[in-house]
Amino acid sequence: MRAFEYTSPGNVDQALRLLGNSWEDAAPLAGGTDLLSLMKDDIVAPKRLVNIKDIGALRGLSIDAKQGLRIGALVTIQELADNLKVAHAYPVITKTANEIAGPQIRNMATIGGNLCQRPRCWYYRTGHGLLAKDQKGQSLVPGGDNRYHAILGNDGPAFFVSPSTLAPLFIALRATIRLVGPSGKREFPLENFYRVPKSETEREHDLKPNEIVTEVIVPLLGGAKAATYEVRHKEAMEWPLALASVVLNMKGTTVSSARVMLGHVAPVPWRSAEAEAALVGNPITEAVAQAAGNAAVANAKSLGRNGYKIQIARVAVKRAILAAS
Amino acid sequence: MAEYKWPEADKRSLIGKRISRIDGPVKVSGRAKYSYDIKRPGVLYARMLRCPHAHAKIVSIDISAAEKMPGVKAVRIIQDVGKEIKWAGDDIVGVAAVDESAAEDAVRAIKVQYEVLPHLVIDADRPPPAPPEQTTPLSTSDLRELITKKTPDEEIIARIQAKGIFADENLLPQIERAGGSQSLLAAIRSARVVEPGPYRRVAAQTSGDPEKAFAAAEVISEGFYGNRVITHCCLEAHGMTTEWPDDKSLLVYPSTQNVSGTAAQMATPLQIPATNIKVHQDHIGGGFGSKFGPDSWGIECARISKQAGGKPVKLFLERAAELMVAGARPSSYAYVKIGARKDGTIMAWDSESWGTGGPGGGGSPPLPYIFNIPNQHKQHTAVATNIGAARAWRAPNHPQGCLITMSALEDMAAQLNMSPLDFFLKNIELTGPRAQIYRDELKIAANLIDWDKKWHPRGDKAAGPIKRGLGLSIHTWAGGGHASDCDITIQPDGSVELKMGTQDLGVGTRTALAIVVADTLGLPLEAVKISIGDNSYPVSGPSGGSTTIGGISASSRRGAVDARDLIFARAAPALNAKPEELEAWGGVIRVKTDPSRSLTWAQACAKLGGMPITVRGKNPGPEKLNDQGVGGVQMADVTVDIETGIVKINKIVAVQDCGLIIDLKTAESQVYGALIMGVTYALFEEKVMDQQTGTMLNPNMEFYKLAGLGDIGELVVHMMTGKGYDERGPIGLGEPPTVSPGAVISNAVANAIGVRVPTLPLTPDQVLAALERKGGSNARI
Repeated sequence: MRAFEYTSPGNVDQALRLLGNSWEDAAPLAGGTDLLSLMKDDIVAPKRLVNIKDIGALRGLSIDAKQGLRIGALVTIQELADNLKVAHAYPVITKTANEIAGPQIRNMATIGGNLCQRPRCWYYRTGHGLLAKDQKGQSLVPGGDNRYHAILGNDGPAFFVSPSTLAPLFIALRATIRLVGPSGKREFPLENFYRVPKSETEREHDLKPNEIVTEVIVPLLGGAKAATYEVRHKEAMEWPLALASVVLNMKGTTVSSARVMLGHVAPVPWRSAEAEAALVGNPITEAVAQAAGNAAVANAKSLGRNGYKIQIARVAVKRAILAAS
Repeated sequence: MAEYKWPEADKRSLIGKRISRIDGPVKVSGRAKYSYDIKRPGVLYARMLRCPHAHAKIVSIDISAAEKMPGVKAVRIIQDVGKEIKWAGDDIVGVAAVDESAAEDAVRAIKVQYEVLPHLVIDADRPPPAPPEQTTPLSTSDLRELITKKTPDEEIIARIQAKGIFADENLLPQIERAGGSQSLLAAIRSARVVEPGPYRRVAAQTSGDPEKAFAAAEVISEGFYGNRVITHCCLEAHGMTTEWPDDKSLLVYPSTQNVSGTAAQMATPLQIPATNIKVHQDHIGGGFGSKFGPDSWGIECARISKQAGGKPVKLFLERAAELMVAGARPSSYAYVKIGARKDGTIMAWDSESWGTGGPGGGGSPPLPYIFNIPNQHKQHTAVATNIGAARAWRAPNHPQGCLITMSALEDMAAQLNMSPLDFFLKNIELTGPRAQIYRDELKIAANLIDWDKKWHPRGDKAAGPIKRGLGLSIHTWAGGGHASDCDITIQPDGSVELKMGTQDLGVGTRTALAIVVADTLGLPLEAVKISIGDNSYPVSGPSGGSTTIGGISASSRRGAVDARDLIFARAAPALNAKPEELEAWGGVIRVKTDPSRSLTWAQACAKLGGMPITVRGKNPGPEKLNDQGVGGVQMADVTVDIETGIVKINKIVAVQDCGLIIDLKTAESQVYGALIMGVTYALFEEKVMDQQTGTMLNPNMEFYKLAGLGDIGELVVHMMTGKGYDERGPIGLGEPPTVSPGAVISNAVANAIGVRVPTLPLTPDQVLAALERKGGSNARI
C-alpha cells in the first residue's frame, strides 16, 4: 500500500474541509472493507484518508411514523440486520441485510459504504481500469471472460455490474439519499444517485469527491408486500449472480403498483419497467410471476460468457415476486 | 532379536484410538508460530517486480531509482536483459527494504521494458488433428527413443533429413548424453528446425484389440469430460525468512513439505556447504504438493539477504502471486468411448485426452482409471501454455483420471439402464488386486447413503425445479512409507524425546509419533516429547505421495522397540526375570506372566545409571511394518436447482482403507479435509485466465472460490479397520480421499438432472448450459 495521510475529524464540517476536489486527493474512510482492499491492490491511491467513523451525526437509526426509517451512513450492515424495530416494520430489509457477505464483513461495512462501493469487475480489480480498456481504447470485457458482467444496460462503455445488494431494495422502497458538501445538503431519490461512467475519471454514482453520504431515508412500507431474492453460488462470502427486490402495492388480490429492481445485472441498480407493467392489474400467481421474470430480461443480452445470468435474473424476479406474495 | 511388528489389537494402548492432536491447543489459541509468523530482529521485507506479460523477452532494466529510495537495502536483478519469460508473475527484480511499503514503492520505481511475445493461456479447445505421421518433425524424445532402441544411425539420419526436428535448446546435449554419435549430432545441426507449437502429442497406446471389441460391443457410450486448471491456494503462502550469521552460514525458516531436503536444494545455487544451512519449521499452513523445494524465490531471498549484509529477509508471496505462480494443477479433458455388452460387461475403451500444466505441458492422467479394460486405445496431447508451472497437487493426475473414467462409466451405466452400483460390481474384477476391498466398501457406502432407497434411474422425476441425485466413484493410491530416521532418547529420570527431521503438514504427524512411541513404551501420550521440523534432527523424507505416516510410524516403532528393550535389559535383574519376559504397559515395566512383579517406568529408567540412552530408529528396516496400495469408495447425494444451475451437497460418504490406523481421529480428519477440498474443486475452483492480456483474472480469494462450511453438506467418514487391514501396517491417507469427490459429485449431478455436465467446476453456467443442450425444460428430465 502506498503511504497516505490519515485524518480523523470529529464533525461533518471538519470532514468536508479535509476532503478534496478529486478522488486522488482524499477519500472518506468508513468500514474500509472496500477502500482498503482497493488501496492494497493499488487500484486507488488517495493521498489522504478522512476517517469519518468518529462523526456521531452520521450514526443512528430511527423510525418515525411519518418520515419512515432514517439510517445513518455509518450504521453497519449488521446493526441494520439486528435492529428489532426494522425487523418489525421492514422485515424485507432485515432479511436482505442478513444475506450480505458474512459476519466479518457485515460487522465492519456501513450502509453508506454499501451504496458507494466500487464494482467487482475482475478487469478493474486486476489493474485494467474501471472501463477495462486495452491500449487501443477498446474494452477487454466483450472479448474476454465476462461471466460475471452485465446483461442489461451493457452497450458500453461500462460492462461491470453494480455491486450493492441494498441499493436495489432501497430504490424499490422509494428511498432517498442525503449528501452534504461545501455548498450544503442535497437530498434526492436514491434511484437518481447511480449512473454509468463514461470515462475513467467518472464514478458510478453522483457523489462528489468533496461530499459525504449522511443518511438514507426509507418511507414506510404501508402495507406493501416486499421481498428480495438473491441467487448466489456459495452460501456465504459471495456476490450474488443476480438478485431482485420487489415492492408490490395491492388492491384486493391484484397488484395496483409495483417496483421491480434487479441487482448485479447492469452497471447501475436496474429498474424493470417491463416487469412492473407485467404485474400491475394482475393477481400474484406463478404464471404472472413467470411473465414478469420474462419481461424483466426481455431486453437482456449476453456478452458471450454471461448468457446464463439472463436465466438467473429471470428466476430471481419470479421468486422475489412469489416470496413477496 | 527385537520383535518390531505392530502390537495385536488387545495390546494397543493408544494406537488406533481416537486421539486429539497434541498441537491442537497451540494452533487454536493462535500461539503456534508458522514460518510466516517468524519475525527475526531487524528483518527486511522483500518484494518482487513481476512480469506483467504471459510471454515476453526482457529488453531493458533500470533499477537506479529504486536503489536510491529511502529504506531500500538491496535491489537484485533476478532475470536479466535477453531472458525469455514464460508466464505472467514471474520474478524479474527483487527488492528488500525496511518495511513492506518501502519495498513496494521501490518495485514501482523499477523500469523494465519488454518485447511482448505471443502467448496461449487457455486450454479447453480440442487440439488440432496431428499432421500426417510421415511429415511430423522428430522431437527430442522421439530421437532419444530411436537411440535407445539401437536404431541404425543411417535410418535415424534419413528420418531427420525427411522430416526435420522440433526446436529444443537442450536437444544437442540431451542426444549427446543419450549416446548419439558424432554423425547423428552433425545431422541434427544441419536439420530443418520446426518450432514445436503448443500441442505435444504423446504416443498413442493400444492394448488388446479395441477395433474388434468395439465392433462386437452391443452398447456404445460416448462423452466429453474435463477438469480445469486449479491452484493450490495455500493459506500460508509460499516463502521463507533467510539470514546469514556469517558469509558461509545460512539460517532458513521456510514453509516447506521437505525440512530434511531443503539444505541440499539451496546449497548448490548458493555455493555454500549444505552442512552450513540450518532449516527450521514448526508449522506449515498448507502445501498440498506445492512446497517440496525452496523455489526460485527462496534462493533469491537468500541472495538478497546476503546482498543486504546478511540481514534477515522475509519473502512470502502476496496472495495474488501465490495464486499466479506457486503452482497449478493441470487441466485434463477427454473424449471417451466405451463399448459394453447388454449385460453390463465392459469390453473396450477409447480416449483422446489433452491438458495443460503450464509451459511444460502436463501429465497424462491414468486412463482408464483403476478399471483395467481389456481392449484400449488412448491418445494424449500435452498443451504448453503460459500460465505458470504445474506442481504436484494431492494425488497428481488421479482426480483428473478418476473424473474422466468414473463419469464415462456412469454414463455407460445410464445407457444400459443399470444402477452404477450394479454396473461397477459387475465389472469389479477389472480393478485387480483390490476387488474385494472395493466390494466391501461399496456395500458399506451404499448403506451409509441409503443407496437402495434413494437411488433412481437418471433424471429425478419429482415435480418442481429442485432435483436430487446420487453418484459413486472409487479410487486408489500407493502411499508406501518413505525413508525415515529418528533418534529416541530416554533420560534417567524417565523423560523421553523423539527427534526427527520430518514436518507436520497439519495432518497430525507429531501426534502419530507420540502415539507410536508412547504405546510402545507403555506410557501416556504426554510423557513423550516430540521434536520435529529441524534439519539438525535425523533425516526423514519429504511429505508427499502420502508417504509420511508409513515412514515415520515404522522408524519410530523400530526405535521405540529398541529403546524399550534396552530398558527391559536394565530392569530385568531387579525383577528377577529375563528381558524377553517383560512388557511395558500402563506406565510400568512388568513380568508378562506375573504383573505383580513390576517397576514403575521411572524406577526402570533410574537403572540407566545417570546417563541417557539414545537409539536410532530407521525405515526401511527389519520386518515389514508398512505397505502400499489402498482402495476407497465415495458416494454423494446432491440437490440441483435446475432453474439456477446451483448444486448443493446434501451428503458425501467416504469409505477408506489405509491399513493400520495410528490415530483414528486424525485419520478421519484427513478424509474430512479431503472431502472439503474435493467439494471445492468440484463446485468452485478455477484458475481463470484471460487470453487477451495473458493474465489471471481471479488471483484473490474473492473470485478464486473456496467452499465454506455452508457449502460442504453432511460428511460421513468410515475407516476400514480390523482384520485384513491392520496387519498391513500404516499406509498413507492424505491423497486417496481427494481423488473421488469430483467424480462422485459430477455423477450425482448427472443422476439428478438427467444430463452430464461435462467439466468441473460444476458452476451455474455449466449446469444451465448442459440443461440447455438437453432441451432445458424441467418436463424432459
